[in-house]
Amino acid sequence: MSAITRDEVAHLARLSRLALADEELDHFAAQLDQIVGAVARVAEVAADDIPPSSHALPLTNVFRPDEVRPSLTPQQALSGAPAVEDDRFRVPRILGEEA
Amino acid sequence: MSLIHRTAAELGRLIATGEASAVEVAQAHLDRIAEVEPKVHAFLHVDPDAVLAQARAVDGRRAAGEPLGPLAGVPIAHKDVFTTADMPTTAGSKILEGWRPPYDATVTRRLREAGLVILGKTNLDEFAMGSSTENSAYGPTHNPWDLTRIPGGSSGGASASVAAYEAPLSTGTDTGGSIRQPAAVTGIVGMKPTYGGSSRYGLIAFASSLDTPGPFARNVLDAALLHEAFSGHDPMDSTSIAQPVPPVVEAARQASVEGLRVGVVKEFGGDGYQPGVLARFQEAVDLLESLGAKVVEVSCPSFAYALPAYYLIAPSECSSNLARFDAMRYGLRVGDDGTRSAEEVMALTRAAGFGPEVKRRIMLGTYALSSGYYDAYYGSAQKVRTLISRDFDAAFHQVDVLVSPTTPTTAFPIGERADDPMAMYLADLCTIPSNLAGNAAISVPCGLADEDGLPVGLQIMAPVLGDDRCYRVGAAVEKAFEDRWGGPLLKEAPAL
Repeated sequence: MSAITRDEVAHLARLSRLALADEELDHFAAQLDQIVGAVARVAEVAADDIPPSSHALPLTNVFRPDEVRPSLTPQQALSGAPAVEDDRFRVPRILGEEA
Repeated sequence: MSLIHRTAAELGRLIATGEASAVEVAQAHLDRIAEVEPKVHAFLHVDPDAVLAQARAVDGRRAAGEPLGPLAGVPIAHKDVFTTADMPTTAGSKILEGWRPPYDATVTRRLREAGLVILGKTNLDEFAMGSSTENSAYGPTHNPWDLTRIPGGSSGGASASVAAYEAPLSTGTDTGGSIRQPAAVTGIVGMKPTYGGSSRYGLIAFASSLDTPGPFARNVLDAALLHEAFSGHDPMDSTSIAQPVPPVVEAARQASVEGLRVGVVKEFGGDGYQPGVLARFQEAVDLLESLGAKVVEVSCPSFAYALPAYYLIAPSECSSNLARFDAMRYGLRVGDDGTRSAEEVMALTRAAGFGPEVKRRIMLGTYALSSGYYDAYYGSAQKVRTLISRDFDAAFHQVDVLVSPTTPTTAFPIGERADDPMAMYLADLCTIPSNLAGNAAISVPCGLADEDGLPVGLQIMAPVLGDDRCYRVGAAVEKAFEDRWGGPLLKEAPAL
């Protein structure tokens, strides 16, 4: 198993949308490397013929009748929003400058 | 006896018969909160006026001749990871500071319907990730037995509030041991129901295949009453089990182990276990035998891999669940100065709003799920999960319940493991298997460790939907120990 490097943590932070400071990268690299080294033991017993479990109990799809029911009002749904405009969530730009 | 030292069952009876009003009971607990909170810090939010208004409503219903349930008017401390439309909900995180949810969790709604008086919201490790409550963005909670020590976690505010007599009952959630471990280290009762037995709707998600709401109380019957009050099928949770709640209250009253087969899990013991924990555990096993249980040793070899499997599965699910904190729809937003993109604002917000343990787990989960590593890490962990369920299945063919210490050690000092994640993770060694397999498990007090005089918990594990067995055995152990001790273990705790 590969060790977790500082560059790898920087990559994981980008994927995770976490703008980490340089000193955080160093700190997390050492800790994640230790944790990954310890949890990699699961591979010792994970033989090919064992089915994986995503859940403890057997799951089936659950359906309900397709009926209109009361739901949140726009005011309720927007009540915790950091910024609102015209009954909508106001967000920073999503596309690049040229778009 | 003062109202704060009563059991929940007694308080419910006093209120139903009119011997005490719900307002008096609420006021006694508010006074206690005001007295000890500066030392304990179990709560993140208490609004005395709102508490008294709830209590007045119960008194009004009684005056109008409406029938009241067994817990009507009984105060409860609610873990701040369940949404509450009339109170802030933070999950112990800065990213949700001041957030008022637009709806109640199913558990919250059922507490209200049962007439319970919600005293406030309790402290927790951020997003329920931790074993000490030190990961709360709002400061640690202190163990009432020794204020320099942790109250367990993640439901540390919940355990401390009940152990400090600030509330007779509290709610918790258990993803890897977050109810049982805090109960064990504060000398109270904590139950993880069967997965799907209690609703996750409105519970802020950490690891959805593991998260399970459950009760805390100072005795087994009270825990069963609360379990019954908020559990049961919920159409709003697609993993909720469409079956009746097991007869937990009846089982708690039955309190008998005569003829029951009890398995001692061989793998839980030895290195890493505190001698005083193992000594109290052995006494509990001997006690069970003396009460008429048939005790045998059982081997669950895959349990040795439960901790590493959990620390792949839980972070993987958390990395996905916590993606919803995107600074767009609710919660914190940082760095939106008109020049930055949504993605930059998202990354700045998440870096500012999440604490170190949450960041660690998000990145660990992102790693375990990334292509090239998926099979070796997440895939292997899912196979271990199958093996653990098979070990439980085989064990429950031989015995009715399994027992172990709840935790390898008593409460450790605040700060001792704060920046050593692997040491912290060991606190959940004995509790994690039941989360991976989804079965029921409870922790009940079984004495004080000789080395430090701190509480030790006995874990009783039962099959899926065998929750009543946990209560039946737990109540029998409790009764026998209290006869021996001359009262509950908590009376040994120092006065605050």
